[in-house]
Amino acid sequence: MQFGGSGRESLILALRAMLGEESVLTEKEELAPFECDGLSVYRKLPMAVLLPSTVEEVQGVLRLCSDHGVPVVARGAGTGLSGGALPLKDGVLMSLSRFDRIIDIDPVQRIATIQPGVRNLAISEAAAPHGLYYAPDPSSQIACTIGGNVAENSGGVHCLKYGLTVHNLLALKVVTMEGELVEIGSGAPDSQGYDLLALMTGSEGLLGVIVEVTVKLLARPERAQVLLAAFDDVRHAAEAVGAVISAGIIPAGLEMMDNLAIRAAEDFAHAGYPVGAEAILLCELDGTNAEVSEHVMKVREVMQHAGATEVRTARDEEERSMFWKGRKSAFPAVGRISPDYYCMDGTIPRRNLPEVLERIASLSRKYGLRVANVFHAGDGNLHPLILFDANGEGELERTEAFGREILSLCIEMGGTITGEHGVGVEKLDSMCLQFNPAELAQFHAIKSAFDQKGLLNPGKAVPTLHRCAEFGAMHVHEGNLPHAHLERF
Amino acid sequence: MADIERRLQELAKSAIDSGTPIAIIAGGTKSFLGNRVAAEPLHVAGHSGIVDYDPRELVITARCGTKLEEIEQVLSASSQMLPFEPPRFGGAATLGGAVACGLSGPRRPYAGSVRDHVLGCRIINGRGEILNFGGKVMKNVAGFDVSRLMTGAFGTLGVLLEISLRVLPRPAASLTLVRECRDPVPYLCGLASKPIPVDAAAHVEGLCHIRLSGSVRAVSEARNQLGGDTLDGHEIFWEDLREQRLPFFGSDAPLWRIASGPSAPMPNLQGTWMIDWGGSQRWLKSMAGEGEVRQAAEAIGGHATLFRGEGNAFHPLKGALGVLHQRLKAAFDPKGIFNPGRLYPEF
Ligand SMILES: Cc1cc2nc3c(=O)[nH]c(=O)nc-3n(C[C@H](O)[C@H](O)[C@@H](O)COP(=O)(O)OP(=O)(O)OC[C@H]3O[C@@H](n4cnc5c(N)ncnc54)[C@H](O)[C@@H]3O)c2cc1C
Ligand SMILES: Cc1cc2nc3c(=O)[nH]c(=O)nc-3n(C[C@H](O)[C@H](O)[C@H](O)COP(=O)(O)OP(=O)(O)OC[C@H]3O[C@@H](n4cnc5c(N)ncnc54)[C@H](O)[C@@H]3O)c2cc1C
Repeated sequence: MQFGGSGRESLILALRAMLGEESVLTEKEELAPFECDGLSVYRKLPMAVLLPSTVEEVQGVLRLCSDHGVPVVARGAGTGLSGGALPLKDGVLMSLSRFDRIIDIDPVQRIATIQPGVRNLAISEAAAPHGLYYAPDPSSQIACTIGGNVAENSGGVHCLKYGLTVHNLLALKVVTMEGELVEIGSGAPDSQGYDLLALMTGSEGLLGVIVEVTVKLLARPERAQVLLAAFDDVRHAAEAVGAVISAGIIPAGLEMMDNLAIRAAEDFAHAGYPVGAEAILLCELDGTNAEVSEHVMKVREVMQHAGATEVRTARDEEERSMFWKGRKSAFPAVGRISPDYYCMDGTIPRRNLPEVLERIASLSRKYGLRVANVFHAGDGNLHPLILFDANGEGELERTEAFGREILSLCIEMGGTITGEHGVGVEKLDSMCLQFNPAELAQFHAIKSAFDQKGLLNPGKAVPTLHRCAEFGAMHVHEGNLPHAHLERF
Repeated sequence: MADIERRLQELAKSAIDSGTPIAIIAGGTKSFLGNRVAAEPLHVAGHSGIVDYDPRELVITARCGTKLEEIEQVLSASSQMLPFEPPRFGGAATLGGAVACGLSGPRRPYAGSVRDHVLGCRIINGRGEILNFGGKVMKNVAGFDVSRLMTGAFGTLGVLLEISLRVLPRPAASLTLVRECRDPVPYLCGLASKPIPVDAAAHVEGLCHIRLSGSVRAVSEARNQLGGDTLDGHEIFWEDLREQRLPFFGSDAPLWRIASGPSAPMPNLQGTWMIDWGGSQRWLKSMAGEGEVRQAAEAIGGHATLFRGEGNAFHPLKGALGVLHQRLKAAFDPKGIFNPGRLYPEF
């Protein structure tokens, strides 16, 4: 949509009158920090960046933009990895950064009510004095906002046991593109009518702007213990993942790294990993003291039975955090051994792990590109990192083709193209593989039910029926990650 | 075990073409719940059978008409279970009906509700199209979460053909403690703040019932910590509670379900009470009028469902929420064919 000249001027004037001069940014240098999210290969400057600070202002902005037919993109911290918060040239970007207040922590009901711009970790910090915490822990948690988490249905290492954002939400306040404030869900379970709470979660800012969030808090487990199991065969490690689950244990986290990732991480973090191993599994168990002791013994047995060459239990909290440090620094560590890498985010049924890892290895030979695997094995969420050199002749194209094959493999195995990073602008093309035209049309119909004019984050998350071309992926150049100071999973 | 998907699609299509509303009927076990539908029946119970189950995956996929009983037997043979303990209200209860009604049993506040465990579904929408959403994996953020939206929609958005659910291992040990309770709400609610493996907590006829489940040692330690008498045959107690077979449920008075925050005060209403879900689900048998009950529920931040009795079943939707519901209904079922009025008279 074209929106220039006097229409633009009058809109900006109206916005300034509504929000105040300092809350409407239009200068190029002011807009620059908002030109991309964590997927920095896509950049665009919006017409303006808006910084509302009250719900009424959000409603006013949306009404005004709705009247003017101007698209709006909501933004949290901009750590998204799929271009969800990428601005639109003829649209405005609405930052929720001023909604940064923790409204209430209720230790009796174990709930927190917060504004959308509050950082994920800040919720657990505020709940800590009551022995409580907010379970979903994306590795970007020191920076990403709860509003962004809801919009992406973010996960973390502990979602195997404690679920994703959708499982930990109680209520939302949302403003629709028409400026209507809607209260969805409540502290009372299973609200009446359709499950709009689930529908909003993971909707990537297409259905409404989240202005308040109520989440569940959990009591801190009495004890957490981590085991490290080493294998001389990737297949055995992959099979051990299913064996732990079959033993009737749901670990708090169950992560896998292959040899390339182990060596990179060990060089980087000195976690004490067995660098000769073909694969390691990190298995965290939590619960009551008695339960953890029982499960540690059982998991140890299962790992040994599955062919582990070594099983270590962290002796103390220090060793536990060392084991995790290696895992958490695996992305930047891999970034040091290759000029560039692509991070994929497909999920597959666990039972196909051995086969999929083998097929990725053979694709790696076919394309002549190395792959490091570091991922959430417990829930089958793969993060293959394809190592390449963007300056190498045709390497980027080969990498993209490789990535495409991995994602089609995920679909073929009954899995999905994205487990937690979202579709955004990045995976629009892969959506065409996973969903048929009737399914995509159903998504568009849902979108229109909330946003009849199609002005809220248009063009993201769901491809138009006309579009079907290539997959994308997180592109990391020269180890320069966006948000490089954050831990990565 | 039969695949009658084609037939169901043809029937749905012809109803859509002729503009004839249909009532989706499976086991006929939950017809008391929700508003009546005057429409041509579409019998879906014949579409049945477990399509995929591999215990290592913690996922089961089955056709809508599969009996809950069959599913639970199959899971049990691998020491697994449906974590949300769906009420059946009769042996004919189907998976499709359980998901469509969105009802969960006693473990719900500790292990999550039906929708928390729904991973994917295959449906017929109001255009007669067969569509797949979600999948068989835990983590999946591709597209809007239609599978969870279908859960609890009472069949008003389409016919569920096939559903994938997350399942969990059965706990190694489980027992129930019973103790007298003068002030049950704070007690039941407070349990969840402690590191003890509670997975059901109810107050029935003056007694708090607390189920502990987990590893053998964890359960026995928690029993010592909490104290109280161990209930013999406790599985039967929880099953009777879930299936509404306890003496409490045995009368003709209207039965209300009031959902609230777990520590909310008891609403100011005359009648007999039973508390489940660690405080957040309260059953009321009362002759109080609909308006009075709904108002009292709202006063404690909750909502009320008329579970058995004459009147509107569900709590009214307010303002913009009602509009969104009608638009969503139209997005799935533009001609208003499926279960019209079952959830709300407006659609
Ligand atoms: C003995 C008997 C008495 C009956 N009495 C009455 C009566 O008094 N009044 C009346 O209206 N009907 C009655 N019926 C018809 C029938 O019970 C209901 O109309 C039907 O909704 C009940 O659903 P159900 O047991 O299949 O329950 P469930 O299978 O438990 O289904 C409950 C709800 O889920 C929906 N549903 C079930 N399967 C699916 C699916 N695959 N996809 C989408 N939605 C689904 C149903 O439409 C219903 O809303 C009776 C049936 C029997 C067998
Ligand atoms: C180093 C690193 C590690 C990461 N690790 C993980 C991980 O472990 N697990 C995981 O799931 N993700 C991870 N991510 C991805 C990212 O952090 C999450 O997607 C996060 O939830 C995004 O939050 P944000 O506040 O940065 O949102 P943004 O990036 O600002 O926005 C994301 C999307 O949400 C929408 N949005 C934001 N706020 C609102 C609102 N208030 N109302 C409506 N829509 C809104 C935007 O329009 C956009 O579509 C990681 C990212 C980085 C950079």
